Amino acid sequence: MVEVEVRNVNKTFGNFKASDNVSFEIERGKLIGLLGPSGSGKTTILRMIAGLETPDSGEIYIGGRKVNDLPPGERGIGFLFQSYALFKHMTVFENIAFGLTVQKKSDAEIKSRVEELAELIGLKNFTRRYPLQLSVAFARALAPNPELLLLDEPFAAIDAKVRQELRGWLKKTIHQLGITAIFVTHDQDEAVEVADEIIITNRGRIEQAGVPIEIYQAPKTPFVAKFIGESVQVADYTIFKGFEDYEPHEGILRPEFLEIGATIEEMPQPMPVTTEKGIIRGTYFRGSVIQIDIEVKGQLLRGLQGVGDNMTKKYSSDVLIIGDWSICVN
Amino acid sequence: MREPIWLKMALITISAGFLFVMLVMPLILVAKEALARGVEFYFKALTDEFALKALYLTIEATILAVLLNTLFGLASAWLLTKFDFRGKTFLGSLIDLPFAISPVVAGLFFIMLFGRMSPLYPILQEYDVAIVFAVPGIILATVFVTFPFITRELVPVMESQGRSEEEAAATFGASGWTIFSKITLPNIKWALGYGIILCSARAMGEFGAVSVVSGHIRGKTNTLPLHIEILYNEYNFTAAFAVASVLVMLAILVLILRNVVEHYGKDVEHEEIAEPAADLKVGVANG
Ligand SMILES: Nc1ncnc2c1ncn2[C@@H]1O[C@H](COP(=O)(O)OP(=O)(O)OP(=O)(O)O)[C@@H](O)[C@H]1O
Ligand SMILES: [Mg+2]
Repeated sequence: MVEVEVRNVNKTFGNFKASDNVSFEIERGKLIGLLGPSGSGKTTILRMIAGLETPDSGEIYIGGRKVNDLPPGERGIGFLFQSYALFKHMTVFENIAFGLTVQKKSDAEIKSRVEELAELIGLKNFTRRYPLQLSVAFARALAPNPELLLLDEPFAAIDAKVRQELRGWLKKTIHQLGITAIFVTHDQDEAVEVADEIIITNRGRIEQAGVPIEIYQAPKTPFVAKFIGESVQVADYTIFKGFEDYEPHEGILRPEFLEIGATIEEMPQPMPVTTEKGIIRGTYFRGSVIQIDIEVKGQLLRGLQGVGDNMTKKYSSDVLIIGDWSICVN
Repeated sequence: MREPIWLKMALITISAGFLFVMLVMPLILVAKEALARGVEFYFKALTDEFALKALYLTIEATILAVLLNTLFGLASAWLLTKFDFRGKTFLGSLIDLPFAISPVVAGLFFIMLFGRMSPLYPILQEYDVAIVFAVPGIILATVFVTFPFITRELVPVMESQGRSEEEAAATFGASGWTIFSKITLPNIKWALGYGIILCSARAMGEFGAVSVVSGHIRGKTNTLPLHIEILYNEYNFTAAFAVASVLVMLAILVLILRNVVEHYGKDVEHEEIAEPAADLKVGVANG
């Protein structure tokens, strides 16, 4: 069942097009990552869904209901602001309870709901593991039981180590609650790790939407191919052995499409027809892998090797296999 | 960097000396002159019919100026910080106009607008409304001269706080009034208080604009500063200084209030932005 539908939405600020004919659908219960570079219009989309910004044209549906003319408070959404926007003169209790207070719920009801949420974020028994402000903002947004949770770069202000942990926690919690959620991020690792599906934005447009692995394997636009995963751009891939018969074209090459060995015989799957000689220009230790920058026919390519292979010494004369070119894009 | 001790001492002496000559000595002289003919005369000068009337008028003008300018200040600061529109910068500088313009010119402006030469004058006459040389003119002049104070205090605070708390409240369905009273107002209350204090101080002491529109009718259109001037011009120095001492005391009161507000306001509006967490934690323990 479709929970959110955005149809042909446009939005300009002055003469800057922040949303350019944006359309997508989101299934109920899904956790969606809205991913794109800075200034690509992610926050604008989120704010229009929330009703904090009015689209110039197009329709927005939440739970089958057209919400264009509804104020934010009647859309059944919870919004987690990038800066959290906590009510700074209020206590934690008052912050979390705010949505319920506005709805004029009874004191007893408010108290039990806030306690429930305090437990969820681990505030109750000093089991809180995550930054207080984020936890409170999260609980506050959830308090009135929204159908749809909108999160604008929730982890942007948090240090890398905790952020890593938070990703798993967010995914687990959202699925536990069974609500639909859209979270904005410009960090592709975060999107890939947390989201059930990703929507990629670029210059106000939607480039592609889908399951992370699908997007990685079959990017539909050059932008997506470059933006998701690691890659090297090749001006014309038909210069390489085995690809001469194709139309000359730009290619985008992921590191795993290369196999590197000192000699052909040493490769896992020797394929002389597509093997080229190359010169290693640099090797970099990157934690769990070693990155090898290798020059083939004047073109700098990038491959990865397991650390265990201890290849840095071995490749004084280098051979390179160019494997899968499915990433070539038009 | 460390300054040599003699430089420090010299600077302190210069500042202290300057403050003494320019501020403390005048205050002492006011007190001395006010009491020159004894305590009895002092209180008589204060409780003189015209002095009391002038005091009431000053209080009336001050209260009205503060009320009107609070409303105006909140509205204009809200407009300037929460909305984007054409001519915003122009509106901002327009609000500062009373700072730039001489109060006497402002007074003349009201005479032109509401006085005998004005095209509005016949209409005002018809409804029997007197503005110039009457209490409404004094209040108008006071409001005009003091209107930038509150806006000026509010705009930077509201600007730095942004709109996100208000937006967060809106996502929960809070009404405009709830958002203003529960979110915006508590966040700006110290700045508002500070603005109100500055506005009252200025309103109480206003001389130039009020002097032009007042007409100096004793017991009717005289405020304290005007009354002091009249007494002084009549060579009634002791009475002039006695009445002046009231303004001095009001000024000292304002100064004290100002310090209190600054002291508390600083903690709340500036430090809290950086780290609301500590404050929040306490709440949960009680909540
Ligand atoms: N209220 C506004 N007035 C004018 N321009 C705006 C406004 N809101 C956004 N923009 C512009 O629209 C563009 C897209 O903004 P948006 O905040 O949606 O991008 P984003 O993808 O969320 O970027 P970021 O990762 O930096 O948060 C930006 O260039 C921004 O300057
Ligand atoms: Mg953003």
